[in-house]
Amino acid sequence: MSAVTRLRREDGFAGAGDDFYAALLEAHEGLCDVESAGLNARLVLLLGNHIGDLSVIREALSVARAGVSREGKS
Amino acid sequence: MDGQELEAFAYHTPPEIRGRKGVQHPVVIVGAGPVGLAAAIDLALHGVRCIVLDDNDRVSAGSRAICWAKRTLEIFDRLGVGERMVAKGVTWQVGRVYHRDEELYSFDLLPERGHKMPAFINLQQYYVEHYLVARAAQFPDLIEIRWKNELVGLRQAERSVLLEVDTPDGRYELEALWVLAADGARSAARRALGLEFAGHVFEEKFLIADVRMRADYPSDRRFWFQPTFDPAESVLIHRQPDEIFRIDFQLGWDADTEAERQPARVMERVRHVVGPNVKFELEWCSIYTFQCARLERFVHGRVLFVGDSAHVVSPFGARGGNGGIQDVDNLCWKLALVLQSRAPEALLESYDCERVRACEENIRHSSRTTRFMTPKTPMERQLRDAVLALAREFPFARTLVNSGRLSRPCSLAGLSSIVADEAAVAGSMAPGTACADAPLVRTDGGPTWLLESIGGDFTVLTFAASAAELGRLEGEQRAAGLDLPLRVLVPAATRPGA
Ligand SMILES: Cc1cc2nc3c(=O)[nH]c(=O)nc-3n(C[C@H](O)[C@H](O)[C@H](O)COP(=O)(O)OP(=O)(O)OC[C@H]3O[C@@H](n4cnc5c(N)ncnc54)[C@H](O)[C@@H]3O)c2cc1C
Repeated sequence: MSAVTRLRREDGFAGAGDDFYAALLEAHEGLCDVESAGLNARLVLLLGNHIGDLSVIREALSVARAGVSREGKS
Repeated sequence: MDGQELEAFAYHTPPEIRGRKGVQHPVVIVGAGPVGLAAAIDLALHGVRCIVLDDNDRVSAGSRAICWAKRTLEIFDRLGVGERMVAKGVTWQVGRVYHRDEELYSFDLLPERGHKMPAFINLQQYYVEHYLVARAAQFPDLIEIRWKNELVGLRQAERSVLLEVDTPDGRYELEALWVLAADGARSAARRALGLEFAGHVFEEKFLIADVRMRADYPSDRRFWFQPTFDPAESVLIHRQPDEIFRIDFQLGWDADTEAERQPARVMERVRHVVGPNVKFELEWCSIYTFQCARLERFVHGRVLFVGDSAHVVSPFGARGGNGGIQDVDNLCWKLALVLQSRAPEALLESYDCERVRACEENIRHSSRTTRFMTPKTPMERQLRDAVLALAREFPFARTLVNSGRLSRPCSLAGLSSIVADEAAVAGSMAPGTACADAPLVRTDGGPTWLLESIGGDFTVLTFAASAAELGRLEGEQRAAGLDLPLRVLVPAATRPGA
């Protein structure tokens, strides 16, 4: 009965999601597009390592990727 | 709008112009908008006399506030206009959020039952002002409204404030112990004291149309991001009384204001929303740019700022008018106690710190909403669009979608004016939060509400009290030298001896 950890779908911030989103925008404040993309790359690496669970990360990667390819086609 | 709401109020030559001198008024309120009028009534309920000055002689026309939140309605109910507002208004509690032509999710603003007042009503500001003017007229000995009396100058004297007032018959001077500056976003009182109103403009234009039509739309608040039916960035629809609908179109910062305000263009856009078969008339429309700005402090000597003169926000979240009425609720009992020499002037400092906290919360929420609606850079837009795209499938992303965080009372917990609890209390009623309503049965068997029973005075609400405990409370109050009306409400089921 070892539960496989799955990607969290529910609010992980106990109602404080707006603070998370505001912090994210603040981090990007004043950066040009290339710098912003660089910030995102570092952020993904840091958070990925923090999660440390490749099955969760693979699930997130496929959800994110599916959305991007869908939008790319439309 | 029915004819009576448009009627002009009578101007009378002020007695000072006819030569009356030397009267010092306890309170002069500048501005007969919703906030100034509510303050006049609240002071009257506490036995305080006031003069209200307004540069106009009508209630405000056109598209202004429509959404009134539960906490505000509870205050309006205490002031005596709540039931009339709810009877006329459109009650709602569900908001629906769409992306393109798909509903992403809906939210319920009052999941708990057993409150006298609904989560929200929509009611045009001119009705609210009209009801407040009618209510104020029930205090002829305490409230004198002077229409067409414009504040043109103001200075603080040693123990009073001198106001210069312009009327159709010329200028005169008034002296007041205290002034409530409720003269709106372009406050003359603020200017007279040279106070900075710091903030920023949101770089976005909105077309706001009030449309009269027969449509079987729900009363729910409906918000579309990137609607498919119109090129607007977002569209928001609210139902109002009299078969009027408020439609907000987000036009973009670069929109051509002149072209967009042409009636034919506005009609075309409304047609996109309502479809080809609905007959409608344009009641009112204008193009707005919004800002958030605030005074650093709301108390300046003997001039107390309330409502839009103290703070303005963007309307998404309905925090402007609602915040102003909550200012009044916080301030008036304190000012009454000070005037009656039953509290030191320092009590008014708590108005400042408590309502500054609320103002910060209101500005924070409304700024975040506006920023979510109007991403400033390509990266912000990427993040915003990713949230919208994920929201369909992922509940967490729905919590990040921000089409307005609707007005709720601010918690004062942690401020120095609030005494922390000695023992933890179960439930959400921590010290510093607004009291939640509940249905009660009176001793004569009739139904009532908790908030009606505790009214506007200090009330001790105690459960499972013994006769000894009641006696102890009264003794403590006497020992503390408190000359405050202390009401003790004991629910029957827990009354000693019951
Ligand atoms: C499009 C729009 C939509 C909005 N929607 C909402 C909403 O849904 N919910 C909400 O809560 N808020 C909303 N607001 C905000 C709301 O309208 C204001 O917060 C509210 O009107 C503030 O009330 P007030 O009494 O402080 O100021 P005002 O309503 O501006 O009243 C000020 C009064 O002072 C008078 N005055 C001004 N200068 C002088 C002077 N020198 N001498 C004498 N009198 C003077 C004016 O004539 C006026 O009567 C909205 C605003 C806009 C523009």
